[in-house]
Amino acid sequence: MAAEEVTLSSHIQHHLTNAKMCSTDAGLAFNKACADSGFWTWHIDTLAWSIGLGLIFLWIFRSAATKSTTGVPGKFQCFIEMIVEFVGDNVRDTYHGSSKLIAPLALTIFVWVFLMNLMDLIPVDFLPAFAGLVGETAFGMDSHDVYMKIVPTTDINLTAALAIGVFLLMIGYSIKIKGIIGFIKELTLHPFSSNNKLVQVLLIPFNLLLETIALVAKPFSLALRLFGNLYAGELIFILIGAVGLMQLPLHFIWAVFHILVIVLQAFVFMMLTIVYLSMASSDNH
Amino acid sequence: MNLNATLIGELIAFTVFVLFCMKFVWPPLNGAIEARQKKIEDGLAASDKAEKELERVRLEAAEQLTEAKTQAADIIDQAKKRAALIVDEETTRGQQEREKIIAQGHSEVESERSRVTEDLRKQVATLAVVGAEKILEREINQAAHSDIVEKLVAEL
Repeated sequence: MAAEEVTLSSHIQHHLTNAKMCSTDAGLAFNKACADSGFWTWHIDTLAWSIGLGLIFLWIFRSAATKSTTGVPGKFQCFIEMIVEFVGDNVRDTYHGSSKLIAPLALTIFVWVFLMNLMDLIPVDFLPAFAGLVGETAFGMDSHDVYMKIVPTTDINLTAALAIGVFLLMIGYSIKIKGIIGFIKELTLHPFSSNNKLVQVLLIPFNLLLETIALVAKPFSLALRLFGNLYAGELIFILIGAVGLMQLPLHFIWAVFHILVIVLQAFVFMMLTIVYLSMASSDNH
Repeated sequence: MNLNATLIGELIAFTVFVLFCMKFVWPPLNGAIEARQKKIEDGLAASDKAEKELERVRLEAAEQLTEAKTQAADIIDQAKKRAALIVDEETTRGQQEREKIIAQGHSEVESERSRVTEDLRKQVATLAVVGAEKILEREINQAAHSDIVEKLVAEL
């Protein structure tokens, strides 16, 4: 029993470990050799899958854009335009400024995150097993040393990168719309304010603390929500994959349910990005 | 939670994707949608206008049709009247002609009759004279007794 438990947990562990790459004194090193490399480690599976999927997104939409006509659109163009219009409507409803960036940003986030989440629906063992096979036959590696995590959104690095990107834009928009002084005022004079100057000055540290927490909580919530949902979903897929034949109906049910989750999470990330940027661009706090 | 350099890589990838989308993907797609919306809007407006125009023209046509019908009825009326007039006139003229021809025939018959009567008288007179001559032989002088014969002839 104990041995089996170890096998199961190591199986799960194997599934949840990224393929790593780092440079050491002896040159490029991979996976377990990178255990001590600290920050300068690259998750090459996350990078490859996310960039690959991003390129697929851009290729699909770019090809629709170059072929787009103002006349009667084809089915492919209709489909792409449906997505574009859906995102555009949400942006127009929520973001009341004029910005050339928000809508394409929202579109990129929605479709890219959706595609990355979609990788979750590929049965968990297919691609890692295939990668293990390739590693074994082509590179002579032990297949247990080949790691392959195909859902980039289950990597906190990716979700954090997206959230940080949005966070930088929030700060950028705040400063652009309200000016540095306005931004500092927003951080220091709310939510507690007083007509008495002295009291106001005394309140500044509290306000700053509260507002900073409120501000920083936004990228954290963005990054952790997406990561948490997808990581949990992936974990359940892995667990289901470990229960023998019973996995077939279970996997089906969880996959159907997960179709909702992956679209919803992509949508939520997009919507919150728009809402946060809208808040950053509006004066009334 | 093992944050590492992947974060930086993804941040760069994210930035590049968004910029590419902003430059080359969103504007043409959104532009196409908006242009088509404008086109459809214009088309609907034009069709509304055309419909109104059609209604107007239809009314105008109906008006003209009514007018034409009235005119046609007038013309037919006039023609009927004129036809009746012509028939009347012709009937009268025919009547007159007939009467004239009949009168002429009558007078011709009359004159022929009087001429024939005259001829007959003359021939009877001659016959009477010849007969008398034959009866009386030489005793009677044609010249001396012609007035008696004339009187006889006139009594016929």
